[in-house]
Amino acid sequence: MLRYISRRLLSILLSLFLIITATFFLMRAAPGGPFSGEKKLPPEIEKNLNEYYGLDRPWYNQYFDYLVSIAKWDFGPSFKYKGQTVNDLINDGFPVSFFLGMESLLLAVSLGILLGVIAALNHNKWQDYGAMIFAVLGISVPSFIMASLLQYVLAIKLGLFPVARWESLQHTVLPALALAATPMAFIARLTRSSMLEVLSNDYIRTAKAKGLSKGQITVKHAIRNALLPVVTYLGPLSAAVLTGSFVIEKIFGIPGLGSQFVLSISNRDYTTIMGVTVFYSILLLFSVLLVDIAYGLIDPRIKLAGGKKGE
Amino acid sequence: MQQFPKEMFQPASVDLSEAEKISKPSLSFWKDVSIRFRKNKLAMFGLILLVLLVFMAIFGPHMTKYDYSTNDLMNTNKPPSAEHWFGTDDLGRDIFTRTWYGARISLFIGLAAALIDLFIGVLWGGIAGFRGGKTDDIMMRIADILWAVPYLLLVILLMVVLGQGLGTMILAMTITGWINMARIVRGQVLQLKSQEYVLAAQTLGASTSRIMFKHLIPNAMGPILVTLTLSIPSAIFTEAFLSYLGLGVPQPLASWGTMASEGVQALQYYPWRLFFPATFICLTIFAFNVVGDGLRDALDPRLRK
Repeated sequence: MLRYISRRLLSILLSLFLIITATFFLMRAAPGGPFSGEKKLPPEIEKNLNEYYGLDRPWYNQYFDYLVSIAKWDFGPSFKYKGQTVNDLINDGFPVSFFLGMESLLLAVSLGILLGVIAALNHNKWQDYGAMIFAVLGISVPSFIMASLLQYVLAIKLGLFPVARWESLQHTVLPALALAATPMAFIARLTRSSMLEVLSNDYIRTAKAKGLSKGQITVKHAIRNALLPVVTYLGPLSAAVLTGSFVIEKIFGIPGLGSQFVLSISNRDYTTIMGVTVFYSILLLFSVLLVDIAYGLIDPRIKLAGGKKGE
Repeated sequence: MQQFPKEMFQPASVDLSEAEKISKPSLSFWKDVSIRFRKNKLAMFGLILLVLLVFMAIFGPHMTKYDYSTNDLMNTNKPPSAEHWFGTDDLGRDIFTRTWYGARISLFIGLAAALIDLFIGVLWGGIAGFRGGKTDDIMMRIADILWAVPYLLLVILLMVVLGQGLGTMILAMTITGWINMARIVRGQVLQLKSQEYVLAAQTLGASTSRIMFKHLIPNAMGPILVTLTLSIPSAIFTEAFLSYLGLGVPQPLASWGTMASEGVQALQYYPWRLFFPATFICLTIFAFNVVGDGLRDALDPRLRK
């Protein structure tokens, strides 16, 4: 186990190094310098700015400095917001995004599993078809369309929820739902197919023969075993929630890191784009690792020593 | 009890040639697959939908007298009518024409990205799987590290740096998109290369590339095809997502993604501007998904749920 984790950590570090290097050189190759706005700056000022941000030094120095500062968890200053660092932006925005993400994760997992189990228990009945139509909808509708429709119908037309902003728990319902829709659909499909597989196993028949009630069989024997594939999906799920948040936060006017990221894209705020990308990558890589470890703990049949994904 | 005299019994005639007769016509693997696929109503529905969508993408833009990029500022934001079947947008452009023109671009992006992924993935996975040993280790290690890079973040980053455009979008999508295909091909090749017919081919002196393209790849075609079909909708999805972030194909080009993201902004007043592109995005993704699922079931009946 320890060997496995240290191996994984090493490969995570390699991936991170690759990401940081790629972001660094991509951003250097990006058209237009950080200060080339509408107005042409006087050369003296530009020189001063370049000096201040260390942009006049050779690239390998800059690159090395960047690696060192990221190792110290310092993402540097924002080029568009004077006086703010990327760390400030992350510290401000991330708690909001984290709350929203957790809420929709919870929604996606609980509702998804519920739908999947109902569908599998009523295989080929209307509940099954209903749940699967719902799941297909969730998979085929892009998140920004889903979010706009939810906002339009439930908030603007019916007035059931606040339209936008981030104030009370009520404000979080619609964005969390919109964010959860696609992953929920995936989980429902996954749960359904693995439930169906588990239900056809011999030990279920044994349990029935022993005279256990349907509820006991479902909860104690079927669901527990059917949930394993769902656990593996948690890694990609966190990625989906994270990238989904860019769009959802923008639509619902939520001051999270996702909307900040989108803003920095349209502002071409290179240091922020770099910093947030690296931050998100770290987050994702470690959540995938956590999921893999959890998977090994839940199902002792899985051997972690191989250390290869997808096997 | 009734008695059965011996005379009532007759020896049954055993005709050995009868047992050798094949009662069903012999089917090739792909014929068998196509029969199973055609029995799947949902998948057939998806396939018909796809054919219709492709047909409209080819002929749709020519069905009206309008051009996809000509502004008509006298007729902006008109609801659907006999003049403009799907209405017009904020610059008076005909949405019907733009929708089918956008279908070309969206489908092209999906297909191109999927085919490039296929090409790189089959080569990479095939070589890694067939060579095995150190080569496999190194190649798959590289793929693993690239795979860990968050896909959409990298695509966004590349789009920001390379600038908007059809080519850059496809490039950005394929830079890590091929890995999934490579893994699947590698898994298949690993499984297939120990089969007797590969050994037979090797003994007969067939070259590595011949074994690869004549024996291994055709036998791995099933999973490759399924992965291909399922990667097209995810490319279309990504295109829509990027368009919403303002990183889509540049104006006046129309893709479903850019049209939908413009429509979202006008949803309150001109809902048809979102309705048409959004419906076709969903229908396309739906169709590819059910066709892919149907193919998977048809190829491997054991997996059918």
